[in-house]
Amino acid sequence: MDIKLNQQQIEFKSLIDEATKMRTENFRDRIVENLFKESNQLMKSGVHYSKSKQDQVTEKLDSILTSPIIGFPIMLAMLAIVFYITIAGANVPSGMIAEFFVWVEGYLTMMFQYLHAPGWLHGILVLGLFRGTTWVIAVMLPPMAIFFPTFALLENYGYLPRVAFNLDRLFKSVGAHGKQSLTMAMGFGCNAAAIMSTRIIESPRERMLAILTNNFVPCNGRWGTLIVLASLFMAAGLTGGMKSLVTTGVIVGIVVFGIIVTFVVSWALSKTLLKGVPTHYTLELPPYRKPKIFDTVIRESLTKSIAVLYRAIKVAAPAAILTWVLANITIGDTSILLHVVHFLDPLGQAIGLDGYILMAFIIGLPANEIVLPVLLMGYLSTGALIDVEGISDLKQIFLNHDWTWLTALNMMLFSLLHYPCGTTLLNIYKETKSPKWTFLAFLIPTVIAFFVTFVITYLVRTLHLI
Amino acid sequence: MSEYYRIALVGNPNTGKSTLFNTLTGLRQHTGNWAGKTVELKEGTFEFKNKSYRMIDLPGSYSLYSNSLDEEVARDYVLFEKPDVTVVVLDATALERNLNLALQVLEISKNVVICLNLIDEAEKRGMKIYEQIFMRKLGVPVVKISARNKTGIPALLDTIDRLIDGVIACNPNTIKYDAETEANINYLETKLIAIFGDRLPTRWLAIRMLDGDQSLIKAIEDNYFGEEVH
Repeated sequence: MDIKLNQQQIEFKSLIDEATKMRTENFRDRIVENLFKESNQLMKSGVHYSKSKQDQVTEKLDSILTSPIIGFPIMLAMLAIVFYITIAGANVPSGMIAEFFVWVEGYLTMMFQYLHAPGWLHGILVLGLFRGTTWVIAVMLPPMAIFFPTFALLENYGYLPRVAFNLDRLFKSVGAHGKQSLTMAMGFGCNAAAIMSTRIIESPRERMLAILTNNFVPCNGRWGTLIVLASLFMAAGLTGGMKSLVTTGVIVGIVVFGIIVTFVVSWALSKTLLKGVPTHYTLELPPYRKPKIFDTVIRESLTKSIAVLYRAIKVAAPAAILTWVLANITIGDTSILLHVVHFLDPLGQAIGLDGYILMAFIIGLPANEIVLPVLLMGYLSTGALIDVEGISDLKQIFLNHDWTWLTALNMMLFSLLHYPCGTTLLNIYKETKSPKWTFLAFLIPTVIAFFVTFVITYLVRTLHLI
Repeated sequence: MSEYYRIALVGNPNTGKSTLFNTLTGLRQHTGNWAGKTVELKEGTFEFKNKSYRMIDLPGSYSLYSNSLDEEVARDYVLFEKPDVTVVVLDATALERNLNLALQVLEISKNVVICLNLIDEAEKRGMKIYEQIFMRKLGVPVVKISARNKTGIPALLDTIDRLIDGVIACNPNTIKYDAETEANINYLETKLIAIFGDRLPTRWLAIRMLDGDQSLIKAIEDNYFGEEVH
């Protein structure tokens, strides 16, 4: 028995040697290929797919919306339509709300006079706080009440994952992770939330890229500023539909510019500080769903717009008081506010802005929503107060401070590109646990914001475009 | 009649293999060490039509090409322990990918039942699976089940019962390769039959030897010539 076993073992061993000699190249590949072919044939003969109607619709739509050729134009067109609806639709209600607040202000002033309230109290509460915030409401609420539901309808229909799919290729080509397109889409809502969402990117290098560049898409807090400034200044000579169209074009341009900056910065970082190769992943496209239109419109316009406004007013109230205090306490013969403004003014002028705007951005660090209110309060706290009779008077305030289309454009660009808000910076620190990267997340956008606005100002002034 | 029949469960990870195992064995489970191996396997018992069964839940594997310890365990169990019936659990919703494992098991083992699990989910997604065609092409019984909803379980047990009684016979169809490979396989297989007789699936072994599967060769030496070496 033992001898027989031994004999078998020797035979087996020699057989192994023979087999080794017979082995052909790519043998494993050939086996696996055969296996796959067999499975595939079995599936073809033994399984029948009856696609549900919904699947067919999804497939057809996807072939259009994620097409390599027309996917991008469709994306831009969608964005443009959303903004056009927003801008064209917001004009009338904005005017009505403004008139309403002017009417209320009249009664408030009468009440203050009746109570023999001191002038400074009327100044801080009515002319500062009330006027500043109600203008912001009048100007910002209607566009937001239109923009958020429209955007949410697209989102609920399932379009945003397709946007991510379209952008995926571009992100890979600049050395970033495809999922960055998802975190970027999230940034259109809120950058602070988007920073948390970068957790879906497993590779630390690609995650850092997503964190550092998320700020270049405008969040809820900045949409208001962009829409207001674009509609006030960007189509000055035009009226009606044409005006809305040009305004839309400007905002789409700003958004596209932000996305381009995202790609450029991602690319530059992945070639320098964050070197590496992008990793692969699977992006699942959910089926298109018909959104509950009524639900979405009500929920988005009420909760989201109100929430953004509420945040703006909540932070704007203390900011209003701070601004008023700064404007009314004097050192020497000028107020603190003017000292700050004068100090910042040369820098502001160099990038086509002014000291007030830079101050508003600094005070607005905690929340982007309050930049515009703070700016208005700053302007109103000095110089002659004009009688405001509606939206167009808002423009008058800006014009009184020597605003041109260049000022508006640069403020929009600065808003788009500048440092992330306080909450976002805090989240970046929490997520990266690194003071160095948090500081870079502050520094990189700020440098870019100053650089871009400086170059534009220089070009416009040398070419005598204004 | 032997005391009990042994059934091995193989399948890709996350195919509902363990759900089926739990459905069949209920609380009559324990973890057993399998002679000489450090891996613990779940084992459970159940009765059906006056027969006692012992069911072994093998680790989830994508293939039997021994890419991981788990896959080696599954392979070695089917190869050396020779269960009376091997049940391959496939996820019907990802059938094409899952079929790879089924085809590999068919090369090793004769008494195989293929279970198309999650059939309810697959049908909901618009898949119509003709199990008769699979049965004819594969040469082994194919049963549609949903372990989660406990549908198709009686049919599965009945199939196992009749397979053991010899009422239905398995004739696994093997994959054919190109002429050169087939010639090599035949040459090796003839010699392997002289050594192992019908103790091992010689055709499969020949293919694995041509592929140079060192882990398998070692496992065979350990199992058949182990005592001799020392």
